[in-house]
Amino acid sequence: MEIAISVKNMVKKFGDFVANDHLNFEVYQGEIFGFLGANGAGKTTAIKILCGISSPSSGELMVAGYNIYKNRDKVKKSIGYMSQKFSLYDDLSIAENIEFYGGIYGLSRQIIKQKTAEYIHELALESYEKMRVIDLPLGIKQKLAFSVAVIHQPKIVFLDEPTSGVDPITRRQFWEMIYREAANGTTVFVTTHYMDEAEYCNRVSIMVDGRIEALGTPSELKNQYSASSMEEVFIHLARKATRID
Amino acid sequence: MKDFIIKEFKQIFRDYRSMIILFGIPIAQVMLFGFALTLDLNDAHFAVLDQAKDEHSRKIIEKMDASSYFILDRNLNSREEIQKVFEGGVVREVLVFKPGFSENLDKTASTELQIITDASDPNTANMMLNYTQAIISNYEQSLLLAHGKQVLIIPETQFKYNENLKSVFMFVPGVITIILMLVSAMMTSISIAREKEMGTMEVLLVSPIKPIEIVIGKVMPYLLLSFVNFLLILGLAFTVFKMPMDGNMLLLMAEALLYILMALSLGILISTVSNSQQTAMLLSMFALLLPTILLSGFIFPIENMPSILIYLSHIMPSKWFIIIIKDVMLKGAGLKEVWFPTSIILFQTVLFISLSIKKFKIRLQ
Repeated sequence: MEIAISVKNMVKKFGDFVANDHLNFEVYQGEIFGFLGANGAGKTTAIKILCGISSPSSGELMVAGYNIYKNRDKVKKSIGYMSQKFSLYDDLSIAENIEFYGGIYGLSRQIIKQKTAEYIHELALESYEKMRVIDLPLGIKQKLAFSVAVIHQPKIVFLDEPTSGVDPITRRQFWEMIYREAANGTTVFVTTHYMDEAEYCNRVSIMVDGRIEALGTPSELKNQYSASSMEEVFIHLARKATRID
Repeated sequence: MKDFIIKEFKQIFRDYRSMIILFGIPIAQVMLFGFALTLDLNDAHFAVLDQAKDEHSRKIIEKMDASSYFILDRNLNSREEIQKVFEGGVVREVLVFKPGFSENLDKTASTELQIITDASDPNTANMMLNYTQAIISNYEQSLLLAHGKQVLIIPETQFKYNENLKSVFMFVPGVITIILMLVSAMMTSISIAREKEMGTMEVLLVSPIKPIEIVIGKVMPYLLLSFVNFLLILGLAFTVFKMPMDGNMLLLMAEALLYILMALSLGILISTVSNSQQTAMLLSMFALLLPTILLSGFIFPIENMPSILIYLSHIMPSKWFIIIIKDVMLKGAGLKEVWFPTSIILFQTVLFISLSIKKFKIRLQ
């Protein structure tokens, strides 16, 4: 299987504090990879490094087939990112947001127009079209932010806790969007707090105190820890944490 | 109740920002207004064209120089030099003693003294005139006491560059300077800080757009808006206040663009050290607004401040820009005359830009 992300011995230190302690994992093209861990385990640090916003202290990293030290520009064109904080412009309308992000990724006017119509139709936003983003319900904002993150059809999309604070129905709809995107061949790298969401992933890794403690499909992990749910697996592992949040 | 008060105190003491507002601002204000920003005259430079070179003229010059208000900068030899010495910018007043100054005084008990002041700063001009007249009437008194002789020295005053002592000539350059600084620096720093606060900055950094493109994208609109603002104030100055324009309009515009660019780069620098709009706002207020108003010579003459504040005023870009505007508009100065303040602002622009780039890179580590 084609490898989308390859991480070997990645270390990130802030002074004496080791945020990421020799991470090793691979993510395959087209899979949904869940990146789990308690608060402060080092998830956001790792995702920032993989997106090229932060540099690792050491380690070998390949993202979308490129070395991120040497080909940062090529990596950037091949990935999408939805940050933990909400990442659309509040004071612009839906169409203006789509137009802006499409423009940044170098899409043509025509494609942007087409995408805008497509998103508005898919998300049933016809009545919201002219509204500023600030006036939209959170669930719609979140779905729109995801659509915008994949507007340039990236090989990999990174989602940093995309569903926090959203109601269960919207979360379900959000995951349907993720599945559709993955079915098109996009690799989805997602962090989450919700263990039911972990069950939706093809494979998950669980980070504790900066290290990856477990990695596998949800059913493998449940067998390995003889647990009935991912929640039990997670609690079993996270209990070992010594770091205070 | 008691617990609540204790909690409130703890929160106040832990938030350095409210501590600055509580204590920093009043201390800074009292110090500045109390000590520095007095409206008294101190060490104003004056020059003398003494065509009489006699007893009374010499004594009056000595009296002026001996006072703490004036310093004799130089002696002039001809009328032509008056214009030149004013263009230099240091000498703000010239006394002209005509031939036969003492003779007239002794024979007719009345003589004329010409006082020319640089009125491009009308406040200071007025003050210098008042102090000069006080010294002269003091001299008249001393003659009366010593010789019992009533004499009259008639001052013939002339204001250079601003004959009618219009304070608007001072205010227009000041207002332009402050508005440009505020709009440019504050707005850019706040708008960049907002991107960080909203999380959109991260998304931009992940995208293929280069940091330099983000910066230029931020700066361009404000550069344009500030320039329009500048033209607007200038238009008002010409139409409503009948401000003269003796210099080259293109030079003035170029200088304004340079100053705006400096303010924008300062705004970017501020935004690199602040993560929220609030911090950016406070920093801008502290680092820009107050010093721009107080130390630029806009309201309070710099010459009269204690030396530490004079040194401080030298690093204020606003001070140099006010000098440029006044020299170009009122004195008709060309690039040859204003190259020094121009190069200071240019240097500061380069400094702020390189510092921001350095800061920006560190943040990416």
